[in-house]
Amino acid sequence: MNIALSPSDISMAIQRLAEEILQAADGGEIELVGIRRRGDEVAERVYELLKERGAQVRLGVLDISLYRDDYEHLSSNPTLQSSEIHFPVDGAYVVLVDDVIFTGRTIRSALDALFDYGRPAKVDLAVLIDRGHREIPVEPRFVGQVLNTRREERVVVHLEKTDGKESVSLITQ
Amino acid sequence: MARKDFLDIVSLERSEIIQLLDQAEPFKDLFTRSVKKVPALKGKTVLMLFYEASTRTLSSFEVAAKRLSADVTIFDVPHSSVTKGESVRDTIDTLQAMRADYIVVRHRLSGQPAAIARQTNASVINAGDGAHAHPTQALLDAFTLREVYPEMEGRKVLIMGDVLHSRVARSTSTILTKLGVEVAFCGPGSLVPQTRFRRFTNYDEALRWGPDAVYLLRVQKERQEASFYPSDREYHAVFGITEERLKRLSDEGVYVMHPGPVNRGVELCDGVLDYERCLISQQVENGIAARMSVLYGLKPQLS
Repeated sequence: MNIALSPSDISMAIQRLAEEILQAADGGEIELVGIRRRGDEVAERVYELLKERGAQVRLGVLDISLYRDDYEHLSSNPTLQSSEIHFPVDGAYVVLVDDVIFTGRTIRSALDALFDYGRPAKVDLAVLIDRGHREIPVEPRFVGQVLNTRREERVVVHLEKTDGKESVSLITQ
Repeated sequence: MARKDFLDIVSLERSEIIQLLDQAEPFKDLFTRSVKKVPALKGKTVLMLFYEASTRTLSSFEVAAKRLSADVTIFDVPHSSVTKGESVRDTIDTLQAMRADYIVVRHRLSGQPAAIARQTNASVINAGDGAHAHPTQALLDAFTLREVYPEMEGRKVLIMGDVLHSRVARSTSTILTKLGVEVAFCGPGSLVPQTRFRRFTNYDEALRWGPDAVYLLRVQKERQEASFYPSDREYHAVFGITEERLKRLSDEGVYVMHPGPVNRGVELCDGVLDYERCLISQQVENGIAARMSVLYGLKPQLS
C-alpha cells in the first residue's frame, strides 16, 4: 500500500477546489451537492472555505444508491441513506462534489438523481481526486489532485469525519 | 445476503426489522419531491396475485412498485382462469413462465404465500394470508409508531377489537414485541383468545393500563361465520371509541391507529378521524414507503 496523499496534501487539494469554484461562480449563488459517502465530507469542507470567503453557498447531500446501474451484480442492495437537498434545484448553479472520479458511472447516476429534484441552470463537477480510466464521457471541471493509476489499482480515501483519519492510498491488487 | 421472500414477521431478526424501518425513511422523503420515482427496480416485473378482495393493500403495493420504476401487472383473479378451476400451482407455473421478479400474494388460506414461494424463483411477498400474517401492515405500523416515539422500547400499545380473526393483530403484535413495545389485547371475550399477551375484556380497565397508543382492529364482518357480538351499536358502546372515550384519550395524549378501512359508528365515532393524534392517514402514506423498503430489500433468485 502506497500513501499517495498526506493530510496536508488533502487540505491543499480542497483549498484548490474552493478557489476554482469561487472564481467560476463569479459572485453568483452556488449549491454544493456532495455525493455519499465521502463526497459529502469533501463538499462540507469546500463549503466552509467558501463561507469564510463570503460566497453565497448552500450545501446538500445526495445518496445515489437507488440510481446505481449495477444492482443485478450485487448480492444485496446497498444500504440506503437519505438525500438532503433543501433548496430549489430549478435554475440553480449546482456543483456536484465527489471524493474520487474513476469510471464516471457514479456521476452519471448522480446526474439522474439530481435531475429528479429539478432542472438546474448549470451543473459542474468537482472531485478531490481524478484517477483516470473513464468508461463514459464525463469530465470534472474542478480537480483537487490528479493521480496516475493503473486500472486494477484501488484508490482508498480516508477522511477525518467519516473515517477518523486522513489519507489517500493506492492499493495494488 | 438478502432474503428472497417476505412472508411473516416471526422469522425476521430484530436487526432486519430495524434495517427495513431505517430504509423506509429515505423512501418517504421521495414523496415530497415533484418526481416521486426512483429507477431502483427499472425493468423488473411485479405481479399482484390477490385471491381475496383488497383495494387499499393492492393499490399501496402498486404505487410502491411503480415508485421504484418496476412494471406492475395485476393478475385479476376473480376474472381469471382460476374461476375456470385452475389450481394455484398451475397459476404459479404460468406466472413463472412470464418471468415475474416479484409476486405479491394475498390469499384466504394461511400458508399459501409460503407454498408459492417454494415453487418459484421470484421473490414472494405476503400481502395477507388467512388469519396468519400481514407482515407489510406490521412494518408500516411499527414505522408509524416510531415516527411519534423514536425510542419505542417500553412503550405500550393496546390492540382493540376482533383479535381472533385478525392477521393484523398477530403480525403487528409480533413486530412491536420484537421492538421492545409492550402489547395488550382488548375486546369482547369471544373475540380475544388467551395468548401470552395481557388481555382485557373491559375498555376502561384497559385504558387504566396506560397505553401510549390504541390500535383499533377492523370488525371483519366478512370473516365471521357466527355472530360474536349482538349488534354494531352495542359493539360501539362497549368497545368502540365513543365521543366520551375520545375525550379521555385526548386528555391523556394517546395516539389512535387503525389498519383501515374503518367502520364508522362501530370501531370509532366520526370525531376520531379529526383527532390530532389520529395516525390513520399517516399509516396509509407510510404503507407505501414500508412496501418500497420491502421490495428494495429482497433479492429474487433469477438469472
